Amino acid sequence: MYLVSVVHLITTGIGIFGNNIPVAWAMPIVNFVWWIGIGHAGTLISAALLLFRQPWRTTINRFAEAMTIFAVVCAGLYPILHLGRPWVFYWLLPYPNTFGLFPQFRSPLDWDLFAIGTYASVSVLFWFIGLIPDLAALRDRAPTAFQRILYSVLCLGWTGSAKAWQRYQRAYLLIAALSFPLVLSVHSTIAMDFAVAQVPGWNNTIMPPYFVAGAVFAGFAMVLILAVPLRRAFGLEKLITMRHLDNAAKLMLATGMVVVYGYLIEIFIAWYSGVEFERYMIWNRLFGQHAQFFWALILCNFVAIQPLWFRRVRQSPLALFVISLIVSVGMWLERFVIIIVSLTKDFLPSSWGDYISTFWDWALYLGSFGLFSTLFFLFIRLLPSIATAETKETLHHYEHHKLDPLEEIRESYFAEVKA
Amino acid sequence: MSAISVGETATTAARPLHGVAAQFGTVDELMRAAERVKAAGYTRTDAYTPFPVEGLDEALGMRPTRIGWIVLAAGLAGGLGGFFMQWWANTTYFPLIIGGKPLNSWPNWIVVTFECTILAAAFTAGLVMIFRNGMPRAYHPIFNLPGFEQASRDKFFIAIEAADPQFDLRRTTAFLQSLAPERVTEVEA
Repeated sequence: MYLVSVVHLITTGIGIFGNNIPVAWAMPIVNFVWWIGIGHAGTLISAALLLFRQPWRTTINRFAEAMTIFAVVCAGLYPILHLGRPWVFYWLLPYPNTFGLFPQFRSPLDWDLFAIGTYASVSVLFWFIGLIPDLAALRDRAPTAFQRILYSVLCLGWTGSAKAWQRYQRAYLLIAALSFPLVLSVHSTIAMDFAVAQVPGWNNTIMPPYFVAGAVFAGFAMVLILAVPLRRAFGLEKLITMRHLDNAAKLMLATGMVVVYGYLIEIFIAWYSGVEFERYMIWNRLFGQHAQFFWALILCNFVAIQPLWFRRVRQSPLALFVISLIVSVGMWLERFVIIIVSLTKDFLPSSWGDYISTFWDWALYLGSFGLFSTLFFLFIRLLPSIATAETKETLHHYEHHKLDPLEEIRESYFAEVKA
Repeated sequence: MSAISVGETATTAARPLHGVAAQFGTVDELMRAAERVKAAGYTRTDAYTPFPVEGLDEALGMRPTRIGWIVLAAGLAGGLGGFFMQWWANTTYFPLIIGGKPLNSWPNWIVVTFECTILAAAFTAGLVMIFRNGMPRAYHPIFNLPGFEQASRDKFFIAIEAADPQFDLRRTTAFLQSLAPERVTEVEA
């Protein structure tokens, strides 16, 4: 479906979308922001929690990073496909060319390219470096010659020597330290695509932090959507424990409330600024033609997360799964409201318009789910979805210092060793 | 702990030797052995473990890695390079006034500068780690060690290389035997 949509898009042009003037940015950009937001939790889990020395992260970081990369793949293709002439997307890069031109560095769209390009490549690097010792372990227990050769090549001949580990740990920590501000910068840059424009509802200084919080919110929802079935299907309940789900749910609640605060501040600032257009935009958002999207958004992103205050809800994987699905819908609606509803009625009533999505808008969106799940299933099948070397290190650490916050992991480890 | 030597002098004498390796079952035994290897004055040594062991590099007398400084330099170079690429393009190479902004409108360039810094620093960290560790590598003598596949699972190895000035096959083997390992093996080069 994705392939068909993309081919149709490239051969026909972006006229197949429901975009129009004034709604020049529509579903492709909504979906782009949605996907990239989802990616953020993966890096945050890996990098930020590593820096804050939260060892519980070790069992979930691998698949969260994979989720990041695949979400960024889905996201990154959107702006490229949206260019109109996607086959010349490299014109955005500063390369020595025969036109003698440079890209427009003052444009947020070029900032986007740099931010997402850096984010995608650094995420892949971080993920791959994390995989190297585990690939070596796979090499050493590969049952067939083909697998042994494959994993030998992929692990680059890792030996696990003390000097190699010393450099490895330092490099891993440095990349984590660099990724943390990078994540924050990526969604801030995307927010600036909007904040730098003059459209009412976009031109707000609150956009960058509010977008980052929304991204983490959506990302943790996606982590839960993936983690709940994964632990069930592969019997990983001892590694991805209730504690992980509980923590993810708490983070989701916290960032969700930040996002809700963002909604309130938007409304307040629209009134406080005294700008007629801003006030009208909010009125239109709350009570206008597309008001149902705004109230659905409040239902999904505010009302639906309130049960997370209760421990019993956070202890139920099913409840978390359902709430996460609702939050994902809510975050999609949020971008829809910000981007499309703001654009339909901006300044002069004479240039107001409306937006109707088309079949191809939805086909491309659903197709991107297919792309994401294909990549994710391939990852689960071919690569270790739990970071085994790091988990062993964590275990050793707790054994050694007689601490036991990871009681369950220890027990399951020893059960496995005895078996 | 049973100390069995499986090294066969007859076969290995014919081939060049990479060194002698001792296998241990726990981190504590490994760390005690590493301290004694250093105390005995061996310098060309290495240890192989399934996960990073805290303090092992110091126990074997390794210097701290300098990767941090390299990454700092790369990050600065990336940032400056990114900034002046834009500065040069917009003020010197193709000056063009956009939106009434001055040619040197540096606040507009901060995002790209920042991303270039991160990109250069992160890739330097990753690639320096890989290349300094001699990777990608198709062959390493330590892979000749029987049972070395355990080093990525739950066994720990210390190797004293033949290149060590103090290395003497018989004495070094006997020394490693005295550290109460699970076994001591000669490693072909």
